[in-house]
Amino acid sequence: MKLLLTGNEAIARGAYEAGCTVAAAYPGTPSTEILENIATYKEIYAEWSPNEKVAVEVASGASIAGARALTAMKHVGLNVAADPLFTMAYEGVNGGLVIVTADDPGMHSSQNEQDNRYYAPHAKVLLLEPADSQECKDYTKMAFALSEEFDTPVLLRVTTRICHSKSLVELGEREEVGVKEYCKDVRKYAMTPAHAKVRHVLVEEKLNRLREYSDHSPLNKIEWGEKKRGIITSGISYQYAREVFGAKASYLKLGLTYPLPEKVIKEFAQAVEQVFVIEENDPYLETYVKSLGIECQGKELIPICGELNPGIIRQAFFPEEAKEKSDIITDLKIPSRPPVLCAGCPHRGLFYALSKLKDIVVSGDIGCYTLGLMPPLSVTDTVICMGASISAGMGFEKAFEQGAVEKKVFSCIGDSTFFHSGITGLINAVYNQSKLKIIIMDNRITAMTGHQENPGTGKTLQGEDAPIIDIERIVRAVGVKEENIRVVDPYHLAETEVAVQEAYLAEEPFVIITKRPCALIREVRRARSGFSCSIDEEKCKKCKACLRIGCPALALKGERVFIDPEMCNGCGLCQQVCKFKAIKKVGEEND
Amino acid sequence: MTKALLLVGVGGQGTILASKILSEGLVEQGYDVKMSEIHGMAQRGGSVTTQIKFGKKVFSPIIGLAEADVMVAFEKAEAVRCLPYLKEEGVLVVNDHEIYPLPVLTGKEEYPTNVLEYLQKKVKQCKVLKANHIAAELGNTKAQNIVLLGAVIKSLGLEELAWVDILKKHLPPKLHELNIKALEVGLNL
Ligand SMILES: Cc1ncc(C[n+]2csc(CCOP(=O)(O)OP(=O)(O)O)c2C)c(N)n1
Repeated sequence: MKLLLTGNEAIARGAYEAGCTVAAAYPGTPSTEILENIATYKEIYAEWSPNEKVAVEVASGASIAGARALTAMKHVGLNVAADPLFTMAYEGVNGGLVIVTADDPGMHSSQNEQDNRYYAPHAKVLLLEPADSQECKDYTKMAFALSEEFDTPVLLRVTTRICHSKSLVELGEREEVGVKEYCKDVRKYAMTPAHAKVRHVLVEEKLNRLREYSDHSPLNKIEWGEKKRGIITSGISYQYAREVFGAKASYLKLGLTYPLPEKVIKEFAQAVEQVFVIEENDPYLETYVKSLGIECQGKELIPICGELNPGIIRQAFFPEEAKEKSDIITDLKIPSRPPVLCAGCPHRGLFYALSKLKDIVVSGDIGCYTLGLMPPLSVTDTVICMGASISAGMGFEKAFEQGAVEKKVFSCIGDSTFFHSGITGLINAVYNQSKLKIIIMDNRITAMTGHQENPGTGKTLQGEDAPIIDIERIVRAVGVKEENIRVVDPYHLAETEVAVQEAYLAEEPFVIITKRPCALIREVRRARSGFSCSIDEEKCKKCKACLRIGCPALALKGERVFIDPEMCNGCGLCQQVCKFKAIKKVGEEND
Repeated sequence: MTKALLLVGVGGQGTILASKILSEGLVEQGYDVKMSEIHGMAQRGGSVTTQIKFGKKVFSPIIGLAEADVMVAFEKAEAVRCLPYLKEEGVLVVNDHEIYPLPVLTGKEEYPTNVLEYLQKKVKQCKVLKANHIAAELGNTKAQNIVLLGAVIKSLGLEELAWVDILKKHLPPKLHELNIKALEVGLNL
């Protein structure tokens, strides 16, 4: 049976068919749906881990214990998990270990555009790059087999277009491989310096065998067409090149991209007149091809920055043809559509309260609340990576102290991000006696990536009940004093403002937990569907103060403000900022 | 030849469901199909595009400038935004519906008043529908996506397929009646 599947669905299916029994991940676009789909197979134990390092370690332990294990993450997630990856390359596996890295060329929803193919030579592990959903499934299965055959973790590298594009996939049966026997072997599985010295030599020997294999692997294949141009490519770039050149070029399509197949590349280069390397982002293949002494063109023609597409390739190779193609020019100015905090978003009240404070710096973090940097709230100063709000805030505070700058530092972090990597920053703030003002924005879900459960939500990946890890108790246990902890409802502006003011004045680490579930959670939506705010035209003085909260349910039409009752969930923030009592709530909360 | 179909709109409008149903139908018709969708930063409120390509054999899942044979715009400013992707002789199906982005809501930017005239002037084959209005008359504006789906199926000449069966697979039973009606209306526009 052939089904239309996304790359992510196909990877999940591949894991299932390969007899995978353990899977762990932390969500992150574009990888999230891999685990969400794996979770639908009851044969596989699957979990949301609190972060990627934990996920890779869970999968590594499972692999050593004998299970076929998979872990998946977005590209920056592998930075978090790099530590276990590098040492697992030395330890090798028992059950096959597959690590999926989902890169995001074009940064559709990421903070950088790193090319994770470089992790493979750096960590010395095998690298596979599928080019469509069928290959996602097939390569995942191959990855498990190769992992066991060569005793190495395998990195399966996909990109947003592969993850989120659908194409036809032929389904197969699950192969029940069970869980292999575990035999204690500290020289292999306990990396002390003495053991690692031996293992490193074995890793290098293994890489030599893999180089040989790469030259014979069916994953690296030549498709002959005209021999004037020879194109070396991999992943989605292959599809783009095929579309542009058709039979007018020959292709070396690389599916196993570390170690690269030296002989095959040399043979291919010799058989064609001119060699081109077409790849998205960094010159990973090109650098290798050039290192073999082969003359080729790559990044002179194809940009390093941004997502690749057939149009860019056409422009590079056939500029005349490309010009003819863009003939509709739009000259009507239409408004931009920047992402916004949703109507009823509980993050809004906190940011509004912060926007009233002078001489503060807000160290932000990654999640829906990153949007606190957007106008009209414009509160956040910095965003680096998950968890950095608290630790970078510490750095801000210390630098300001050193420079005698009179500014207070707030750190804003979401619940999922706090569990991911905020706790260590909080420990640091207490241990090193800062005056940091930390706000944990607990909307009871991992919202940004599409509502995944996390250790604070009381549900597992499968939606089953789980213990709730209580953020307030963690904060207390870390050593923040009882009198410096506030739990507030961000729908309650006065209460939130008081807490923010107290934090502002505090001379010790101060934590505010804003607690209110995301407005898009199904139960919340249902409960509040009959609820909205509305403007009393007689009382409205048209001062537009309510527009300063940046709520998409409020619209200025001419001089009048309207509230869209469909969008509004009656959070009441606009009502609380109106000085003229011109906004009232209508309807009731349903049970 | 492969054909390229672009669905554009705003988060929350149901473009994704419409494209799912459409691409499944195309598979049943025996085509090789690739579909690509990118949802941007926010859950809601951002621009959403879905690209569908079908034919004997499809390579790239994405549609370049001036490559779309048919574009369906669930929101009319989005039609303007994505117009460069439509072929000169391409068909545009546009929903006469506007969703104001935040800069317009707060009075920082303006939403042009002449979008439809502009589109009709630029695109020879431009079909304007009041899908929200139609869906509201059927009982729920949310079914506007299925009205539009019907209209696209018609412009692709694929009315013969068992669309009702596919539609039922993707919706809970209580929504079947409404959406089947919405599809029928769309197919007859
Ligand atoms: C290392 C890393 N892993 C995953 C992501 C993807 N990601 C971005 S925001 C986010 C979760 C945010 O959840 P939370 O902190 O609860 O904030 P919310 O979106 O709910 O406001 C995730 C998983 C990332 N950017 N970096």
